[in-house]
Amino acid sequence: MNATASTALFLLACVLLAPLIAAVILGFIGDRPGARLFNVAASTVTAGAALLLAAHIIKHGPVLALSEAFHLDALSALVLAITTFVTLTTSLHSVDYMHTECARGRFSRAQQRIYHAMFQFIAFALGLALSANNMGILWVAMEGATLATVLIVSLDRSRPALQAAWKFFVLCGVGILQALFGTVLLYMAAERVIGADEGALLWTHLAAIRTRLDPQIITLAFALLFVGYGTKMGLVPFHGWLPDAHAEGPTPVTAVLSGLLLGVALHAILRCKILADGALQTPVAGQLMIGFGLLSVLLAALLLARQQDLRKLLAWSSVEHMGILAIAFGLGGAAATLAGLMHLLGHALVKSGLYFSAAQAVQWSGTGQISGIRGLLGARPTLAWSLLLGTIAILGLPPFSLFPSEFMTISILLQRMPWAAAALLVALVIAFASITLQVRNMTLGEAQVEAAASPGPGHHRVGPLKRIDAIVGAAPALVHLAIALLLGLALPAWAENWLRQAVAVVAG
Amino acid sequence: MNALALQFIDLLAAVSLLLAFALLIQRRFSAMIDFYATQSLVLVITTSLAGWMTGQRHLYLSAALTFVLKVVLIPVLMHTLLRRLHLDSTVDTVVKLPTTLLMGLLLVIFAFGVARPIAQLSTALASGTLGIALAGVLIGFLMMITRSRAIPQVLAFLAMENGVFLAATGVTHGMPMVVELGIAVDVLIGILILGVFLSHLHSAAPSPGATAREGDGA
Repeated sequence: MNATASTALFLLACVLLAPLIAAVILGFIGDRPGARLFNVAASTVTAGAALLLAAHIIKHGPVLALSEAFHLDALSALVLAITTFVTLTTSLHSVDYMHTECARGRFSRAQQRIYHAMFQFIAFALGLALSANNMGILWVAMEGATLATVLIVSLDRSRPALQAAWKFFVLCGVGILQALFGTVLLYMAAERVIGADEGALLWTHLAAIRTRLDPQIITLAFALLFVGYGTKMGLVPFHGWLPDAHAEGPTPVTAVLSGLLLGVALHAILRCKILADGALQTPVAGQLMIGFGLLSVLLAALLLARQQDLRKLLAWSSVEHMGILAIAFGLGGAAATLAGLMHLLGHALVKSGLYFSAAQAVQWSGTGQISGIRGLLGARPTLAWSLLLGTIAILGLPPFSLFPSEFMTISILLQRMPWAAAALLVALVIAFASITLQVRNMTLGEAQVEAAASPGPGHHRVGPLKRIDAIVGAAPALVHLAIALLLGLALPAWAENWLRQAVAVVAG
Repeated sequence: MNALALQFIDLLAAVSLLLAFALLIQRRFSAMIDFYATQSLVLVITTSLAGWMTGQRHLYLSAALTFVLKVVLIPVLMHTLLRRLHLDSTVDTVVKLPTTLLMGLLLVIFAFGVARPIAQLSTALASGTLGIALAGVLIGFLMMITRSRAIPQVLAFLAMENGVFLAATGVTHGMPMVVELGIAVDVLIGILILGVFLSHLHSAAPSPGATAREGDGA
């Protein structure tokens, strides 16, 4: 084994083992005050190793480690980097969040242990889902992430939380079983070509023989895999769990769910699509994605205006963006894939940032209802600005990076399927209007008097201290926005190189 | 000899489908758990038989794993849960049972229609199993939709999982061992979570075995 390979192996071990070990440790000490900082430290190690690993992959090419059990290329490195980075900022946000919630006595000591352990376990499962070469292990990791999320959504044991978690458990369970059936069929198709051995489920082997896979089996397999991982991704009509789970879970986890779990599920679908495209030689897989993507955007646009809970509003906006992503990747080709990857990055950053702000707004006002949050700009200016800027970014306005990605997607769609582009544009305008209206009311509306009745800890401070508190609290969201802004203004050369390599993996 | 064993596998698959129907229309929780355990036992026999025919050693391991987990552990856990929470009552179905049965029949026809062209391509043992396995998964899905209480929904989930494993045994030579182990761990954790959930829902509310549909919004 040469030096570069062992460096990659070491970094990969850090990415996977750091969260796993931290999860075990936090299972025991997660209720101590230091646990929140330990959580941040573990996430820092993971994110640092993931970024170094990504840099390694861009420079030296794909990594194949431990007798082909793990495989990372530019595409998975991209998703892994953004996943671990957002996990890190989420753990920072979580320090402040848990401090406030625990001061209010919302979580018992056991619940704090579960929270921290599951936080790290989700990070581990997502890392495994991205780095596993075996399609079966990918499935196991996705299911593991689901189960950990179920535990964490139901954390405060209130009836709505338990029901939301149950719905999540049942719907995602059913969905993911379809994906398992799809995996079995994939194995069957591969077995016909390379025979029954352990290698028949390895993605690298499958990709090598993808043009020889039987089209009939692969059609059914892709349909099942798409339904399965599409449920995870929150595509309509498999989205039933998403708004409830997002509204009931602790908000830091919601940010992870929305920004990351959905993205990792999309990564799984992309892997399957690469195989399906190779085997079928027709754009069936892409058309399936465009169809469900359009359906998601349309339904989300219509329902956005009706949402009364801030976190549900953001959840429906996630459904909308997952629809746009499905359309972008469904279109295929280098340009649309590039737009899709940019959108994936932008959405992960901006949406999780918005959830951080939403969490603080909810803690400030004591209610998740949009009608209960008023006059944010007067009372908490930093928070109000991060919410406003986040909204501008998520709506796809310049100068943030979601603008070029959405613009590219729409213009390519306009060339290929003008009618679909028209429908998409109408939906985006409706979504734009609804979100703008709701956020305007929250930030600019009449200042709220009763908000002072339930201040969180830290708000008794006066003067400069209060100011610093506000800025530190808003920092993760603002950092995310700043990166989205930079990506929107000018892509650095190394990032462009990275994206090109990732595009080459998907679009061939 | 081999032809006889092949026919036997087809017969077992048919029995498994019959048990899926029995699960679909059974009203009592404890009987449902027993049907599930029986279905799992059929799966164990099928898997070992397939292992004996193809000489694939790891199928025996898979059969042993299924036996410990799905014939013994999960049914025992669920029976304990029922007794502790006094849950054994009749099921409230969303759709009337005869209608459900009819829908199940249609699903079987659909499953066979979808599976036929693919099953012919199978290099492994019994090509009829794929249709039956797909039908089993779809019936589990139907059960998930038509039942509103937690225990039947979980059994539906587990029955679907049995269907997938039947497909894996019949159509391929079983999944690689790592994958099977991972799936087993996931299923076990899922059942434990169910136990925690039901206990909490039970202690939180006067009506036990809570529904997943209450307050179901958009």
